Amino acid sequence: MSGSKGRYTTVSIPVTLYERIKRLIEGTGFTSVSSFVTYVLREVVAQYEAEKGGEVFGEEERRAIIERLRKLGYL
Amino acid sequence: MVSRPHGGRLVRRVATGARAERLAAEAREMHVIELPLDLAADAENIARGVYSPLEGFLVQEDYLHVLDDMRLADDTPWTIPIVLPVSPEELAGVGEGDEVALSYGGEPFAVMRVEEVYGWDKREYALKVYGTRDVRHPGVAKLEQMGELLIGGRLELFKPLPHPFSRYALWPEETRVLFEEKGWRTIAGFQTRNVPHRGHEYVQKAALTFVDGLLIHPLVGWKKPGDYRDEVIVAAYEALIDNYFPRDSIVFAVLRMAMRYAGPREAVHHAIVRKNFGCTHFIVGRDHAGVGNFYGPYDAWEIFREFPDLGVIPLFIREAFYCEKCGGFVNEKICPHSEEYRVRVSGTRLREMIRRGEAPPPELMRPEVARVVLSFENPFT
Ligand SMILES: [Zn+2]
Repeated sequence: MSGSKGRYTTVSIPVTLYERIKRLIEGTGFTSVSSFVTYVLREVVAQYEAEKGGEVFGEEERRAIIERLRKLGYL
Repeated sequence: MVSRPHGGRLVRRVATGARAERLAAEAREMHVIELPLDLAADAENIARGVYSPLEGFLVQEDYLHVLDDMRLADDTPWTIPIVLPVSPEELAGVGEGDEVALSYGGEPFAVMRVEEVYGWDKREYALKVYGTRDVRHPGVAKLEQMGELLIGGRLELFKPLPHPFSRYALWPEETRVLFEEKGWRTIAGFQTRNVPHRGHEYVQKAALTFVDGLLIHPLVGWKKPGDYRDEVIVAAYEALIDNYFPRDSIVFAVLRMAMRYAGPREAVHHAIVRKNFGCTHFIVGRDHAGVGNFYGPYDAWEIFREFPDLGVIPLFIREAFYCEKCGGFVNEKICPHSEEYRVRVSGTRLREMIRRGEAPPPELMRPEVARVVLSFENPFT
């Protein structure tokens, strides 16, 4: 039913790098080179995404929010 | 800088003005699905961005990914399925592509496009989300009463739900602007469903020492019988904050969200939700969101290792106790003394004292807080 079929794909990395990672993760919590690479990529990708910046409120919208916060006594 | 919303964009699906009026009028012509308060609150939380990047209840692909991988189909970390269960009778022939009105207390408040209707395996859900099929687990027990079908699809709110604590009901867009106005760059979120004892205060202040501001954010609604009533928690925190916190380093607000008691998975969920409120850090307590002995005391700390891309920093702060030798609140890591000098704060013991009308000693609970709690005729649900 909800197995992991079709949820993984293959990317190529140099064999030398593969072997290097394999040595690195020996005795750590990582059970495979793939799980290590996935972990590291997610970390790096999230950093790149974060650089894209966050929420921007319009000037008028922001004023209305500040007005509400004043009324409630937060500002 | 306040945190980036989860998934990159704060979801806001709240209609106002003429659009809200139009949706309200259209909703009167639609098939109505009446929701209990917890699901109605989930719907409002979706619309207000509390669950960003969700724009509606989960469709099947996301649902299965959340169960199996603790991520949405687009790889965004997500640990608790936000789903809308219904019975075939409630659905009454509504099909995919139809629009339905979501209603609470007989009052329609949102419009939802039914993108998908699908079945679910509640036993699989129990095992994956709660880690057990034991019906003594309140989450597992609750599954039994839920509808056999799930409907997924985006929704839009046109009428806010009535809120018992409107004075403290802040939404993510408001806390984000508030933190910015205060000039806070780092903010720690604190999840609670209890009246504060000295151990909580220690943990909050330990975190606050390292960040600009603290969001104290109790969940209100649907707790287990025997838990503190919401108005008691709010009043107790008012007393604590008035007497023991610098006003300019703290924000107190409430969030209406059901406890799932899903332990580790729910700890991550709580962190994601607070990230959407603008928190950069989140305090993960001992046995966070646990119940009974279903989870190990520090299981919730372990699970965070699986999310290098969570975008909110978990703060693992050890449980505090009072040490007579140290002369204050400390934890295992900083106190060298033996158990005979240590006074541990047990929530259960405190509740028993309060139930008997006794004020807990000041090493366990601030007298101002105890006074407020004892002023309620029955502080428990
Ligand atoms: Zn000590």
